[in-house]
Amino acid sequence: MQRHSVSGNEFVAVTAETPGSAKPDPILIADHITRTFGGLTAVNVDHLEIQRGSITALIGPNGAGKTTFFNLLTGYDAPNSGTWSFNEKALNGIPPHKVARLGMVRTFQLTKALYRLTVLENMALGARGQKGESLLTSLFPWVWKAQEREIQEKAISILTNFKLIDKKDDFAAALSGGQRKLLEMARALMVEPEMVMLDEPMAGVNPALKQSLLEHIKELRTQGKTVLFVEHDMDMVHEISDWVIVMSQGQIIAEGTPTSVMKNEHVIEAYLGAHHDVDLSAEGEKK
Amino acid sequence: MDFLFIIQQTLSATIGVNTIIFALAAIGLNMHFGYTGLLNFGQAGFLAIGAYSVAVPVISFGLPLWVAFLIGIFNSVIFALILGVPTLRLRADYLAIVTIAAAEIVRQIARSATFNSTLGGSDGITGKFGAEFFALNPFKSGLNTPILRFNANDLWVVITGWLLVALIVFLMWIMVNSPWGRLMRAIREDEDAVRSLGKNVYLYKMQSLIIGGVIGACGGFVYALSRQSVQPDNYGTALTFFAYTVLILGGAARVFSPVIGAMIFWFLIVFIEQVLRQGVTNNLIPDWLIGANQVSQIRFMLMGIGLMLLMIYRPQGIFGDKKELALDAKA
Repeated sequence: MQRHSVSGNEFVAVTAETPGSAKPDPILIADHITRTFGGLTAVNVDHLEIQRGSITALIGPNGAGKTTFFNLLTGYDAPNSGTWSFNEKALNGIPPHKVARLGMVRTFQLTKALYRLTVLENMALGARGQKGESLLTSLFPWVWKAQEREIQEKAISILTNFKLIDKKDDFAAALSGGQRKLLEMARALMVEPEMVMLDEPMAGVNPALKQSLLEHIKELRTQGKTVLFVEHDMDMVHEISDWVIVMSQGQIIAEGTPTSVMKNEHVIEAYLGAHHDVDLSAEGEKK
Repeated sequence: MDFLFIIQQTLSATIGVNTIIFALAAIGLNMHFGYTGLLNFGQAGFLAIGAYSVAVPVISFGLPLWVAFLIGIFNSVIFALILGVPTLRLRADYLAIVTIAAAEIVRQIARSATFNSTLGGSDGITGKFGAEFFALNPFKSGLNTPILRFNANDLWVVITGWLLVALIVFLMWIMVNSPWGRLMRAIREDEDAVRSLGKNVYLYKMQSLIIGGVIGACGGFVYALSRQSVQPDNYGTALTFFAYTVLILGGAARVFSPVIGAMIFWFLIVFIEQVLRQGVTNNLIPDWLIGANQVSQIRFMLMGIGLMLLMIYRPQGIFGDKKELALDAKA
């Protein structure tokens, strides 16, 4: 298939709805990735491509290996075999902080707000290339003060957008669960990533905040960023994702648009079991 | 009872040599534990390395004292690297185990018969290795006032020691209030989150371990110089835990808390001891209750009770923020 640049979700029309299908302009490509824990094969992904500038959802039943796969892609865990690349740069053996510097920034299923730092400090931490973070220059405030002011301004503008500005001087621990999710996402944006990996961004978030989180994720696509997220909330998956990848027992079993994937029999089977609409009781047998 | 004597002894100890040593040890721990969350249980090892590095090069190799100071800093950096390289990639508890063992290894090597000729075995090293330092002493006589009393050498150690503490506290204050310090506190909270923001956590933890260790070694310099002697058994685990006591007494992750903590620690110990001693010698405390030679043990018991009360009624320490401490539960 010819690879060319397509904007937004136009790629959907030209992409095959088969597991591991090729995308017109992939930002992330993974091949033959396996990860075993003892006898259990947690991840066994043959081929995967993520379209640049799209919102892609990674779904699957509990224990499908979604978070493990996330950890492998972002360098938090090492696979037993396989290769993967981001922006055509191989990521094998690259530690997590370098993956983040390359432009792929993740969040965590269990939110990792830095509790005894204020909200603003949490944000400022995300900024790249800070002169004041080097041991020697930290001793000379006049070297980093100007840059620090710019970082604070940027943090404040993002916090305003995320409606966390009133909380900027509170400890992150004082935020509600949903607000911490927002903070984590806002903080990831301080890194200026090209691709954002969100691990269950909606878990434990109340409906009102959920709506605002959705808007922020859509906004990322508008800014040309790529989003890959793990989620159980099907309404959300349906509402915002351009493309859905379904994992089950470590493998990718289906890919496609949200509507088609949810009709896919393999997907229904993975979630509900092969005989979910068959009466297996003794009476059913007789019939 | 001689109240003036009690006051004089207590105040002299409050700003005395031991306070400086413990303050330096605890400032180092504050860098490790308070700001970065590194559980270093081997701070005594850093002090021992500082102390021996001052004594050995001068006594055994005839090097000038300032070279010995440089050797001490170099050695403590090397010690931090030895501790950090294998453990800082692992979970925090591994560092705790390795450091407590490594500090004991340092002490056991120092007191071993094998190195008797250079390190002095279990007797340690006694000699005039600080001669160059005391030659600079402008004070010909000591200080003898009703409330403070130091001999000439101690006065010189105390003044230079407090200047050193002031310099280190000042540098610490700048550093922890910079983006570097913010990054350190972030690592204390959750290192995986910090990694996800593109920061090399391992490198920063190593920096923290080295800086805190070098500050601890400075405590060892003062320890050795003030006594003109190095005894291996002074650098046991008790020293580390007293340093932690000092840190927690003041309140972790506050720049001044190790200094105030050390002052309170030595104020209480000497005050309790002097009161008991005066009480016993003046027969105010009956012999069947406390004998003269039990005083130095009982002062630690009373100190322990005092610390328990502090932990119950003011767990955040003197300077700590109770609100901040409560967040530690990671609700």
